[in-house]
Amino acid sequence: MTLTENLKAGNQIQNKAPAYVMSIRNLYKSFGNNNVLIDFNLEIEKGEAIVVLGKSGSGKSVLIKCIIGLLTPDKGRIEMFGKNIPDLNIAELDKIRAKVGFLFQSNALYDSMTIRENLEFPLRRHWIEVSQQEVNTMVLEALDDVGLKHTIDMMPVELSGGMRKRIALARTLILKPEIILYDEPTTGLDPITGKEIIELIREIQQKYNTTSLIISHDMNCVRMASDRIIILLDGRCYASGTYMELKQNEDSKVKQFFE
Amino acid sequence: MGLVLTMQLRPSMIDYGVESQLPVIVGISIIREIGPVITALIFAGKIGSSIGAELGSMKVTEQIDAMEVSGTNPFKYLVVTRVLAATFMLPVLVMLGDAISLYGSWLGVNIRGNTSFTLFWMQVFDSLSFNDVLPAFIKSYFFGFAVGIIGCDKGFNSNKGTEGVGRSANSAVVVSSVLIFVIDLLAVQITDALGFT
Repeated sequence: MTLTENLKAGNQIQNKAPAYVMSIRNLYKSFGNNNVLIDFNLEIEKGEAIVVLGKSGSGKSVLIKCIIGLLTPDKGRIEMFGKNIPDLNIAELDKIRAKVGFLFQSNALYDSMTIRENLEFPLRRHWIEVSQQEVNTMVLEALDDVGLKHTIDMMPVELSGGMRKRIALARTLILKPEIILYDEPTTGLDPITGKEIIELIREIQQKYNTTSLIISHDMNCVRMASDRIIILLDGRCYASGTYMELKQNEDSKVKQFFE
Repeated sequence: MGLVLTMQLRPSMIDYGVESQLPVIVGISIIREIGPVITALIFAGKIGSSIGAELGSMKVTEQIDAMEVSGTNPFKYLVVTRVLAATFMLPVLVMLGDAISLYGSWLGVNIRGNTSFTLFWMQVFDSLSFNDVLPAFIKSYFFGFAVGIIGCDKGFNSNKGTEGVGRSANSAVVVSSVLIFVIDLLAVQITDALGFT
Protein backbone atom coordinates (compact mmCIF):
# COMPACT_ATOMS: atom_id res chain seq x y z
CA MET A 1 0.00 0.00 0.00
CA THR A 2 1.45 3.37 -1.00
CA LEU A 3 1.57 6.37 1.28
CA THR A 4 -1.26 8.08 -0.65
CA GLU A 5 -3.38 4.96 -0.36
CA ASN A 6 -2.65 4.80 3.33
CA LEU A 7 -3.70 8.38 3.82
CA LYS A 8 -6.83 7.78 1.76
CA ALA A 9 -7.58 4.68 3.81
CA GLY A 10 -7.37 6.78 6.94
CA ASN A 11 -9.60 9.48 5.53
CA GLN A 12 -12.05 7.12 3.88
CA ILE A 13 -13.08 5.80 7.28
CA GLN A 14 -15.06 9.01 7.60
CA ASN A 15 -17.21 8.05 4.60
CA LYS A 16 -18.29 4.73 6.06
CA ALA A 17 -21.68 4.40 7.66
CA PRO A 18 -20.97 2.35 10.83
CA ALA A 19 -21.62 3.82 14.23
CA TYR A 20 -18.37 5.34 15.37
CA VAL A 21 -17.84 5.47 19.09
CA MET A 22 -15.15 8.08 18.65
CA SER A 23 -14.50 10.53 15.86
CA ILE A 24 -11.58 12.97 15.77
CA ARG A 25 -11.60 15.54 13.02
CA ASN A 26 -9.07 18.20 12.04
CA LEU A 27 -7.42 18.19 15.45
CA TYR A 28 -4.69 20.74 16.09
CA LYS A 29 -2.65 21.15 19.25
CA SER A 30 0.52 23.13 19.77
CA PHE A 31 2.67 24.24 22.71
CA GLY A 32 4.16 27.60 21.77
CA ASN A 33 5.84 27.14 18.40
CA ASN A 34 5.84 23.36 18.72
CA ASN A 35 2.99 22.02 16.58
CA VAL A 36 2.27 18.63 18.11
CA LEU A 37 -0.93 17.65 16.31
CA ILE A 38 -1.67 18.98 12.83
CA ASP A 39 -5.01 18.20 11.19
CA PHE A 40 -5.23 14.80 12.90
CA ASN A 41 -8.19 12.62 11.91
CA LEU A 42 -9.32 9.30 13.35
CA GLU A 43 -12.56 7.37 13.63
CA ILE A 44 -13.04 4.26 15.72
CA GLU A 45 -15.81 1.70 15.46
CA LYS A 46 -17.34 -0.05 18.44
CA GLY A 47 -15.28 -2.98 19.70
CA GLU A 48 -12.22 -2.01 17.65
CA ALA A 49 -8.71 -1.99 19.10
CA ILE A 50 -6.70 0.81 17.56
CA VAL A 51 -3.03 1.30 18.31
CA VAL A 52 -1.51 4.71 17.72
CA LEU A 53 2.13 4.10 16.93
CA GLY A 54 4.69 6.85 16.91
CA LYS A 55 8.14 7.83 18.02
CA SER A 56 8.75 9.30 21.49
CA GLY A 57 7.65 12.92 21.53
CA SER A 58 5.46 12.49 18.46
CA GLY A 59 2.35 13.65 20.33
CA LYS A 60 0.72 10.32 21.18
CA SER A 61 0.16 11.18 24.84
CA VAL A 62 -1.01 14.68 23.89
CA LEU A 63 -3.60 13.09 21.60
CA ILE A 64 -4.93 10.77 24.30
CA LYS A 65 -5.01 13.61 26.86
CA CYS A 66 -6.98 15.77 24.41
CA ILE A 67 -9.45 12.89 23.99
CA ILE A 68 -10.08 12.55 27.74
CA GLY A 69 -10.23 16.32 28.22
CA LEU A 70 -7.02 16.76 30.24
CA LEU A 71 -5.72 19.04 27.48
CA THR A 72 -7.77 21.38 25.33
CA PRO A 73 -7.04 21.21 21.61
CA ASP A 74 -6.41 24.45 19.70
CA LYS A 75 -8.85 23.46 16.97
CA GLY A 76 -10.87 20.49 15.80
CA ARG A 77 -13.56 18.11 17.01
CA ILE A 78 -13.36 15.07 19.28
CA GLU A 79 -16.76 13.41 19.30
CA MET A 80 -17.69 10.66 21.74
CA PHE A 81 -21.23 9.59 22.64
CA GLY A 82 -22.60 12.38 20.44
CA LYS A 83 -20.74 15.17 22.27
CA ASN A 84 -17.80 17.30 21.18
CA ILE A 85 -15.33 16.98 24.08
CA PRO A 86 -13.68 20.45 23.83
CA ASP A 87 -17.14 22.11 24.05
CA LEU A 88 -18.17 20.38 27.27
CA ASN A 89 -18.19 21.94 30.72
CA ILE A 90 -16.75 20.03 33.68
CA ALA A 91 -20.05 18.39 34.69
CA GLU A 92 -20.75 17.20 31.15
CA LEU A 93 -17.16 16.04 30.75
CA ASP A 94 -17.40 13.99 33.96
CA LYS A 95 -20.46 12.17 32.58
CA ILE A 96 -18.46 11.22 29.48
CA ARG A 97 -15.43 10.27 31.60
CA ALA A 98 -17.58 7.78 33.52
CA LYS A 99 -17.93 5.86 30.24
CA VAL A 100 -14.27 6.18 29.23
CA GLY A 101 -11.49 4.43 31.11
CA PHE A 102 -7.94 5.75 31.09
CA LEU A 103 -4.92 3.63 31.95
CA PHE A 104 -2.05 5.96 32.78
CA GLN A 105 1.52 5.26 31.72
CA SER A 106 2.70 5.59 35.33
CA ASN A 107 -0.40 3.72 36.62
CA ALA A 108 -1.29 6.76 38.77
CA LEU A 109 -2.40 4.69 41.75
CA TYR A 110 -3.03 6.83 44.82
CA ASP A 111 -0.15 5.85 47.11
CA SER A 112 -1.89 7.03 50.28
CA MET A 113 -4.83 4.65 49.68
CA THR A 114 -5.16 0.86 49.82
CA ILE A 115 -5.98 -1.07 46.64
CA ARG A 116 -9.61 -1.29 47.78
CA GLU A 117 -9.78 2.50 48.25
CA ASN A 118 -8.09 3.05 44.90
CA LEU A 119 -10.76 0.99 43.18
CA GLU A 120 -13.62 2.51 45.15
CA PHE A 121 -12.46 6.05 44.34
CA PRO A 122 -13.98 6.34 40.80
CA LEU A 123 -17.26 4.82 42.03
CA ARG A 124 -17.55 7.31 44.84
CA ARG A 125 -16.35 10.35 42.89
CA HIS A 126 -18.62 9.80 39.90
CA TRP A 127 -21.49 9.86 42.45
CA ILE A 128 -22.81 6.51 41.30
CA GLU A 129 -25.52 5.44 43.73
CA VAL A 130 -24.52 1.98 44.84
CA SER A 131 -24.64 0.35 48.26
CA GLN A 132 -21.46 -0.62 50.11
CA GLN A 133 -22.24 -4.27 49.39
CA GLU A 134 -22.44 -3.55 45.65
CA VAL A 135 -19.21 -1.54 45.85
CA ASN A 136 -17.48 -4.51 47.50
CA THR A 137 -18.79 -6.86 44.80
CA MET A 138 -17.65 -4.53 42.01
CA VAL A 139 -14.19 -4.13 43.56
CA LEU A 140 -13.78 -7.90 43.93
CA GLU A 141 -15.03 -8.50 40.39
CA ALA A 142 -12.57 -5.97 38.94
CA LEU A 143 -9.70 -7.49 40.96
CA ASP A 144 -10.78 -10.97 39.86
CA ASP A 145 -10.62 -9.83 36.21
CA VAL A 146 -6.95 -8.99 36.66
CA GLY A 147 -6.22 -11.97 38.94
CA LEU A 148 -5.22 -9.96 42.00
CA LYS A 149 -8.03 -10.47 44.50
CA HIS A 150 -5.56 -11.14 47.31
CA THR A 151 -4.07 -7.64 47.09
CA ILE A 152 -7.29 -5.90 48.13
CA ASP A 153 -5.99 -4.58 51.45
CA MET A 154 -2.42 -3.95 50.35
CA MET A 155 -0.84 -0.58 49.58
CA PRO A 156 0.35 0.20 46.00
CA VAL A 157 3.95 0.46 47.22
CA GLU A 158 3.88 -3.22 48.24
CA LEU A 159 3.18 -4.36 44.66
CA SER A 160 5.50 -5.05 41.73
CA GLY A 161 5.38 -2.98 38.51
CA GLY A 162 3.28 -5.55 36.67
CA MET A 163 0.85 -5.90 39.59
CA ARG A 164 0.45 -2.13 39.79
CA LYS A 165 -0.35 -2.04 36.09
CA ARG A 166 -2.99 -4.74 36.61
CA ILE A 167 -4.49 -2.85 39.56
CA ALA A 168 -4.57 0.34 37.48
CA LEU A 169 -6.39 -1.66 34.81
CA ALA A 170 -8.84 -2.97 37.43
CA ARG A 171 -9.51 0.61 38.55
CA THR A 172 -10.14 1.56 34.93
CA LEU A 173 -12.54 -1.38 34.56
CA ILE A 174 -14.58 -0.75 37.68
CA LEU A 175 -16.98 1.66 35.97
CA LYS A 176 -17.41 -0.79 33.03
CA PRO A 177 -16.29 1.78 30.46
CA GLU A 178 -17.32 1.49 26.84
CA ILE A 179 -14.01 2.91 25.65
CA ILE A 180 -10.63 2.38 27.30
CA LEU A 181 -7.64 4.58 26.50
CA TYR A 182 -4.27 3.00 27.25
CA ASP A 183 -1.23 5.25 27.50
CA GLU A 184 1.87 3.11 26.88
CA PRO A 185 0.53 0.06 28.78
CA THR A 186 3.77 -1.94 28.56
CA THR A 187 6.32 0.81 29.22
CA GLY A 188 8.69 -0.06 32.08
CA LEU A 189 7.66 -3.71 32.18
CA ASP A 190 9.79 -6.72 31.31
CA PRO A 191 8.81 -8.52 28.05
CA ILE A 192 7.00 -11.36 29.83
CA THR A 193 4.94 -9.08 32.09
CA GLY A 194 4.32 -6.80 29.10
CA LYS A 195 2.94 -9.76 27.15
CA GLU A 196 0.70 -10.70 30.08
CA ILE A 197 -0.67 -7.17 30.20
CA ILE A 198 -1.40 -7.19 26.45
CA GLU A 199 -3.17 -10.56 26.79
CA LEU A 200 -5.16 -9.11 29.66
CA ILE A 201 -6.12 -6.09 27.55
CA ARG A 202 -7.31 -8.44 24.80
CA GLU A 203 -9.28 -10.61 27.28
CA ILE A 204 -10.97 -7.57 28.74
CA GLN A 205 -11.82 -6.26 25.31
CA GLN A 206 -13.48 -9.53 24.37
CA LYS A 207 -15.22 -10.01 27.71
CA TYR A 208 -16.74 -6.53 27.93
CA ASN A 209 -16.77 -5.68 24.19
CA THR A 210 -14.89 -2.46 24.92
CA THR A 211 -13.35 -0.22 22.32
CA SER A 212 -9.63 0.30 22.89
CA LEU A 213 -7.31 3.09 21.87
CA ILE A 214 -3.77 2.12 22.75
CA ILE A 215 -0.81 4.46 22.57
CA SER A 216 2.43 2.56 22.18
CA HIS A 217 5.82 2.26 20.56
CA ASP A 218 6.35 -1.30 21.79
CA MET A 219 6.06 -3.42 18.63
CA ASN A 220 5.04 -6.54 20.57
CA CYS A 221 2.17 -4.62 22.04
CA VAL A 222 1.31 -3.17 18.64
CA ARG A 223 1.30 -6.61 17.00
CA MET A 224 -0.69 -8.40 19.68
CA ALA A 225 -3.17 -5.74 20.72
CA SER A 226 -4.19 -4.07 17.47
CA ASP A 227 -7.01 -4.57 15.03
CA ARG A 228 -5.81 -1.48 13.20
CA ILE A 229 -2.71 0.67 13.54
CA ILE A 230 -2.41 4.41 13.03
CA ILE A 231 1.10 5.77 12.53
CA LEU A 232 1.41 9.23 14.00
CA LEU A 233 4.20 11.15 12.33
CA ASP A 234 4.87 14.88 12.38
CA GLY A 235 1.53 15.43 14.12
CA ARG A 236 -0.46 13.77 11.36
CA CYS A 237 -2.03 10.39 10.73
CA TYR A 238 0.71 9.26 8.34
CA ALA A 239 -0.51 5.74 7.62
CA SER A 240 -3.15 3.31 8.76
CA GLY A 241 -3.80 -0.41 8.34
CA THR A 242 -3.48 -3.78 9.99
CA TYR A 243 -0.13 -4.97 11.36
CA MET A 244 0.55 -7.13 8.32
CA GLU A 245 -0.48 -4.40 5.87
CA LEU A 246 1.86 -1.88 7.42
CA LYS A 247 4.66 -4.40 7.81
CA GLN A 248 4.60 -4.99 4.06
CA ASN A 249 4.41 -1.25 3.33
CA GLU A 250 7.32 0.00 1.23
CA ASP A 251 7.29 3.58 2.52
CA SER A 252 10.60 4.19 4.30
CA LYS A 253 9.03 6.10 7.18
CA VAL A 254 6.56 3.29 7.82
CA LYS A 255 9.22 0.63 7.37
CA GLN A 256 11.43 2.08 10.11
CA PHE A 257 8.85 1.08 12.74
CA PHE A 258 8.85 -2.57 11.64
CA GLU A 259 12.59 -3.12 11.17
CA MET B 1 11.37 29.78 73.30
CA GLY B 2 9.96 30.99 76.64
CA LEU B 3 12.76 29.43 78.67
CA VAL B 4 15.52 30.89 76.49
CA LEU B 5 13.88 34.32 76.28
CA THR B 6 13.50 34.42 80.06
CA MET B 7 17.12 33.45 80.67
CA GLN B 8 18.42 35.97 78.17
CA LEU B 9 16.27 38.81 79.48
CA ARG B 10 16.98 38.23 83.16
CA PRO B 11 20.43 39.95 83.37
CA SER B 12 19.16 43.12 81.68
CA MET B 13 16.02 43.14 83.83
CA ILE B 14 18.18 42.81 86.97
CA ASP B 15 20.37 45.70 85.77
CA TYR B 16 17.31 47.92 85.45
CA GLY B 17 15.90 46.61 88.75
CA VAL B 18 12.72 45.26 87.21
CA GLU B 19 13.32 41.51 87.56
CA SER B 20 9.83 41.12 88.99
CA GLN B 21 8.41 42.25 85.64
CA LEU B 22 10.04 39.32 83.81
CA PRO B 23 6.76 37.32 83.40
CA VAL B 24 5.05 40.44 82.03
CA ILE B 25 7.70 41.18 79.38
CA VAL B 26 8.06 37.54 78.35
CA GLY B 27 4.28 37.02 78.28
CA ILE B 28 3.64 40.00 76.01
CA SER B 29 6.56 39.08 73.72
CA ILE B 30 5.36 35.52 73.35
CA ILE B 31 1.67 36.25 72.87
CA ARG B 32 2.05 39.22 70.54
CA GLU B 33 4.98 38.20 68.37
CA ILE B 34 7.26 35.29 69.11
CA GLY B 35 4.58 32.64 69.58
CA PRO B 36 2.68 33.22 66.31
CA VAL B 37 5.77 33.88 64.16
CA ILE B 38 7.96 31.04 65.41
CA THR B 39 5.05 28.56 65.34
CA ALA B 40 4.16 29.67 61.79
CA LEU B 41 7.78 29.24 60.65
CA ILE B 42 7.93 25.73 62.12
CA PHE B 43 4.54 25.05 60.54
CA ALA B 44 5.88 26.25 57.16
CA GLY B 45 8.87 23.94 57.49
CA LYS B 46 6.83 20.91 58.43
CA ILE B 47 3.42 21.31 56.79
CA GLY B 48 4.34 23.61 53.86
CA SER B 49 7.11 21.30 52.68
CA SER B 50 4.91 18.25 53.23
CA ILE B 51 2.06 19.71 51.14
CA GLY B 52 4.48 20.86 48.41
CA ALA B 53 6.21 17.47 48.21
CA GLU B 54 3.01 15.42 48.41
CA LEU B 55 1.15 17.35 45.72
CA GLY B 56 4.31 17.62 43.61
CA SER B 57 4.75 13.88 43.75
CA MET B 58 1.07 13.35 42.89
CA LYS B 59 1.47 15.71 39.95
CA VAL B 60 4.53 14.01 38.43
CA THR B 61 3.06 10.52 38.89
CA GLU B 62 -0.16 11.61 37.13
CA GLN B 63 -2.29 11.00 40.24
CA ILE B 64 -3.82 14.46 39.90
CA ASP B 65 -4.76 13.72 36.28
CA ALA B 66 -6.21 10.38 37.44
CA MET B 67 -8.40 12.24 39.94
CA GLU B 68 -9.67 14.55 37.23
CA VAL B 69 -10.46 11.56 35.02
CA SER B 70 -12.30 9.99 37.98
CA GLY B 71 -14.72 12.91 38.08
CA THR B 72 -13.00 14.74 40.91
CA ASN B 73 -12.03 18.38 40.85
CA PRO B 74 -8.44 18.10 42.16
CA PHE B 75 -8.47 21.75 43.22
CA LYS B 76 -11.40 21.18 45.58
CA TYR B 77 -10.29 17.73 46.72
CA LEU B 78 -6.62 18.48 47.29
CA VAL B 79 -6.17 22.24 47.57
CA VAL B 80 -9.28 23.55 49.34
CA THR B 81 -9.10 20.88 52.06
CA ARG B 82 -5.41 21.51 52.76
CA VAL B 83 -5.72 25.30 52.76
CA LEU B 84 -8.71 25.18 55.13
CA ALA B 85 -6.95 22.74 57.44
CA ALA B 86 -3.79 24.90 57.51
CA THR B 87 -5.77 28.11 58.05
CA PHE B 88 -7.85 26.79 60.94
CA MET B 89 -5.27 24.61 62.64
CA LEU B 90 -2.36 27.04 62.86
CA PRO B 91 -4.11 29.32 65.44
CA VAL B 92 -4.73 26.22 67.57
CA LEU B 93 -1.04 25.32 67.33
CA VAL B 94 -0.12 28.92 68.16
CA MET B 95 -2.20 28.73 71.35
CA LEU B 96 -0.52 25.46 72.26
CA GLY B 97 2.90 26.90 71.43
CA ASP B 98 2.19 29.99 73.54
CA ALA B 99 1.14 27.85 76.51
CA ILE B 100 4.26 25.68 76.27
CA SER B 101 6.47 28.78 75.90
CA LEU B 102 4.95 30.42 78.96
CA TYR B 103 5.41 27.22 80.92
CA GLY B 104 9.06 27.22 79.78
CA SER B 105 9.32 30.80 80.89
CA TRP B 106 8.03 29.88 84.35
CA LEU B 107 10.74 27.21 84.52
CA GLY B 108 13.29 29.86 83.44
CA VAL B 109 12.16 32.24 86.14
CA ASN B 110 12.52 29.48 88.73
CA ILE B 111 16.04 28.52 87.73
CA ARG B 112 17.43 31.54 89.52
CA GLY B 113 14.46 32.60 91.61
CA ASN B 114 11.37 31.30 93.29
CA THR B 115 8.03 32.27 91.83
CA SER B 116 4.92 30.17 92.29
CA PHE B 117 3.10 28.84 89.24
CA THR B 118 -0.07 30.75 90.18
CA LEU B 119 1.72 34.04 90.72
CA PHE B 120 3.58 33.71 87.42
CA TRP B 121 0.37 33.10 85.45
CA MET B 122 -1.48 35.86 87.27
CA GLN B 123 1.27 38.32 86.39
CA VAL B 124 1.21 37.19 82.73
CA PHE B 125 -2.57 37.39 82.35
CA ASP B 126 -2.90 40.67 84.30
CA SER B 127 -0.51 42.30 81.85
CA LEU B 128 -2.31 41.03 78.76
CA SER B 129 -5.24 42.81 77.22
CA PHE B 130 -7.68 42.12 74.42
CA ASN B 131 -5.49 44.29 72.15
CA ASP B 132 -2.57 41.92 72.67
CA VAL B 133 -4.37 38.64 72.05
CA LEU B 134 -6.81 39.43 69.23
CA PRO B 135 -4.37 40.76 66.55
CA ALA B 136 -1.96 37.89 67.26
CA PHE B 137 -4.77 35.38 66.94
CA ILE B 138 -6.10 36.90 63.72
CA LYS B 139 -2.71 37.08 62.04
CA SER B 140 -2.21 33.37 62.80
CA TYR B 141 -5.10 32.60 60.43
CA PHE B 142 -3.35 34.55 57.68
CA PHE B 143 -0.06 32.76 58.38
CA GLY B 144 -1.85 29.40 58.10
CA PHE B 145 -3.58 30.42 54.89
CA ALA B 146 -0.25 31.57 53.39
CA VAL B 147 1.49 28.29 54.27
CA GLY B 148 -1.40 26.21 52.88
CA ILE B 149 -1.86 28.11 49.64
CA ILE B 150 1.86 28.41 48.85
CA GLY B 151 2.45 24.70 49.55
CA CYS B 152 -0.47 23.74 47.29
CA ASP B 153 0.57 26.16 44.55
CA LYS B 154 4.16 24.90 44.49
CA GLY B 155 3.06 21.26 44.57
CA PHE B 156 0.32 21.67 41.99
CA ASN B 157 2.68 23.40 39.56
CA SER B 158 5.52 20.96 40.09
CA ASN B 159 7.25 19.52 37.03
CA LYS B 160 10.54 18.00 35.89
CA GLY B 161 10.10 14.72 37.80
CA THR B 162 11.63 14.02 41.19
CA GLU B 163 13.91 17.06 40.96
CA GLY B 164 10.79 19.20 40.57
CA VAL B 165 9.24 17.61 43.68
CA GLY B 166 12.28 18.56 45.77
CA ARG B 167 12.21 22.06 44.34
CA SER B 168 8.49 22.39 45.13
CA ALA B 169 9.02 21.36 48.75
CA ASN B 170 11.96 23.71 49.09
CA SER B 171 10.31 26.74 47.53
CA ALA B 172 7.09 26.09 49.48
CA VAL B 173 9.08 26.59 52.72
CA VAL B 174 11.13 29.54 51.49
CA VAL B 175 8.24 31.48 49.94
CA SER B 176 5.80 30.85 52.79
CA SER B 177 8.46 31.82 55.39
CA VAL B 178 9.10 35.11 53.60
CA LEU B 179 5.36 35.63 53.30
CA ILE B 180 4.95 35.08 57.05
CA PHE B 181 7.34 37.98 57.72
CA VAL B 182 5.58 40.17 55.15
CA ILE B 183 2.16 39.40 56.68
CA ASP B 184 3.60 40.07 60.14
CA LEU B 185 4.91 43.43 58.96
CA LEU B 186 1.55 44.34 57.44
CA ALA B 187 -0.30 43.07 60.52
CA VAL B 188 1.68 45.30 62.86
CA GLN B 189 1.05 48.32 60.63
CA ILE B 190 -2.67 47.59 60.40
CA THR B 191 -3.13 46.87 64.12
CA ASP B 192 -1.20 50.04 64.90
CA ALA B 193 -3.38 52.07 62.55
CA LEU B 194 -6.52 50.55 64.07
CA GLY B 195 -5.36 51.41 67.57
CA PHE B 196 -4.62 47.88 68.82
CA THR B 197 -1.58 48.98 70.79
